[in-house]
Amino acid sequence: MKTRDLSELAVRNLREAVLRNSLTTLGVAVGVASLVAMLSLGVGLQTLASQRLTRSGLFDAVFVTSQRNFRGSGRPPSTESAPKKDSRPLDEDARQQLSKLSNVTEVYPQIRFVTGVRYAGKSESTAVLGLPDSSRSSGAFEGMTGAFFSSPTAEEAILQIEFAKTLSDQPASLVGKELTLHYAERSALPKNASDEDILDSMMASGTPGGISIVPREKNLRIVGVIESDPSAGIGGFGGARVYLPLKTAEQLHVAQPDDLQAFLSGNSAKPSYMALTVRVHSPKDVPQVEAAIKQLGFATFSLLDATKSLRLVFTVFDLFLGLFGSLALTVASLGIINTLVMAILERRREIGILKALGATDRDVGSLFFAEAGVMGLFGGFFGVALGWLIGSALTWGTTIYLHRQNLPGVKISYVPWWLALSAIGFAIIVSLVAGLYPAVRAARLNPIDALRYE
Amino acid sequence: MPIATTFLQAESVSREYRLGETIIRAVDAVSLTVEKGEFIALLGSSGSGKSTLLSMMAGLDRPTSGAIRVQEHNLAELAADDLARYRRETVGMVFQSFNLLPRMTLEENVELPLRLAEVHRQERASRVGEALERVGLGARRKHRPSELSGGEQQRGALARALVNRPAILFADEPTGNLDSVNGEQILLLLREIQDSLGMTIIMVTHERPLAEKFANRIALLSDGRLVSNGAHH
Repeated sequence: MKTRDLSELAVRNLREAVLRNSLTTLGVAVGVASLVAMLSLGVGLQTLASQRLTRSGLFDAVFVTSQRNFRGSGRPPSTESAPKKDSRPLDEDARQQLSKLSNVTEVYPQIRFVTGVRYAGKSESTAVLGLPDSSRSSGAFEGMTGAFFSSPTAEEAILQIEFAKTLSDQPASLVGKELTLHYAERSALPKNASDEDILDSMMASGTPGGISIVPREKNLRIVGVIESDPSAGIGGFGGARVYLPLKTAEQLHVAQPDDLQAFLSGNSAKPSYMALTVRVHSPKDVPQVEAAIKQLGFATFSLLDATKSLRLVFTVFDLFLGLFGSLALTVASLGIINTLVMAILERRREIGILKALGATDRDVGSLFFAEAGVMGLFGGFFGVALGWLIGSALTWGTTIYLHRQNLPGVKISYVPWWLALSAIGFAIIVSLVAGLYPAVRAARLNPIDALRYE
Repeated sequence: MPIATTFLQAESVSREYRLGETIIRAVDAVSLTVEKGEFIALLGSSGSGKSTLLSMMAGLDRPTSGAIRVQEHNLAELAADDLARYRRETVGMVFQSFNLLPRMTLEENVELPLRLAEVHRQERASRVGEALERVGLGARRKHRPSELSGGEQQRGALARALVNRPAILFADEPTGNLDSVNGEQILLLLREIQDSLGMTIIMVTHERPLAEKFANRIALLSDGRLVSNGAHH
């Protein structure tokens, strides 16, 4: 029998016992729905985590320090990263050199300093961090009260909400107001310094020049108040409470803790950075760029290993979710076997008639097989739709909960096309396997016995 | 007078069934020759083995011993698929209980052998119409079996048996579930088909008057044995 005729007969037979077959198909649909809902949750959470982490800039970045002042990132210093006598300073030349490496999109210093902040007569001391313009797309500023900096050189500030609360009982009302930064500016020592002895001693020791620390003030307009800490993620780098555009922060020339070290080691004439962040095109470029930077004589650190661990965790997570989802589908497949075995008993005479009319064993088996396949197809299709609805409901419920907690909503369930197609395909395969035994049993029926059956 | 051609030959055909330790011989060494275009009636009482013999000749069952030759092929030795093809392409069958599929319309029932034979869809409609017209049910094509009388159902079953243009028609007690009027009409139809199409017909019946009236020859069976090979009418 031709496939089209077989399909028509299968659908026709299923329509005749519509209630029982619908319930069996519904069983398959529920099984598929549970599988899809579980996996969509896994995929959704993985996608969410990947997006957040990728946008956070932690996984497409290499953190570079001079081997002189390598502070590590929780790792004990190895002999390789231990200070070397001839190691290079992380100065402007090094920054330019790093920015010319292939696959590097951006190189920026970490400008972080502790300073005084004055607002409406209140004075507080806090950590300030310069943010590159690229952090605008990190996702960390979603749901922020106010807006991101209007330009990379704007004299504007974003406050972390806990700090904003210390300035005002209504943090949101701070947006648009001005605060004043008190900071120590590092500047070159003027040539007509009054203390000639100091100058003489410097010349005598072979360390020309010097530094001066000058107290300064800067008025900044508050443009946003953020609940999370956009600088969090890497040990030692987070914890800032006031954020400025990176270029604005650079132009302040705030004295850094290693300025004194630089001065003592005789490199005070060329300011150096504590650390530079090198952004690359994509996380896969990190190893190559990291190796190239090490070749230049700097210490590096990246979170690439952490992404590998994350992928492993999510793979195991997906596997378990898939297994739990498959259990429901296995139960549904037993329903298919039961329905088709019952159908064989009921349709024994029909099988006999078909065989008397010239149907082969294969025709009869294929008919039952096709009926199982059609149930799998419809069950798979409706199951994917149901699974998507369950996932959407979970996202909806989670978003409502998060909004009540004053947090931005997230999409925790995601049904990609490959999951939808795989689930339908899996439902068909499971149904066909379930239909195998009834089909073989139907095919083997003796036509004489089947025709005698009442 | 045309020269008779053998269409089917049963050679010492036996069929045994095992019921526990007991062996029941339903058909016992029956030899029978059926000529092409002949209308033969297998007559016998209940349990005489006539239906079993018919089933073996129709390719629904296999003999325990002996041979059934149809056009040089021994049905006893054919593979299952070849036997199915024989039923599909050479044989038409009519049963006592009509055996129309209740879920299908008459038209769909008649179309079923054409689906199995993979006849092209465009050709099917005309052949189904032709078969239904032949049995006088052209107007009832959309009706389900439950909406037809017994006589109409049997005529529908006859249309289904004829639609594949078989060379031989097997009828197992075709009038068993019909009243005498409808029974005679069915046999008249069989006779007309035999005359117009030159079809070979083997009919099982236990009604001697009908057999004598419509069949060319009567083969009498008793306890699985062929008692009389009969004479041509």
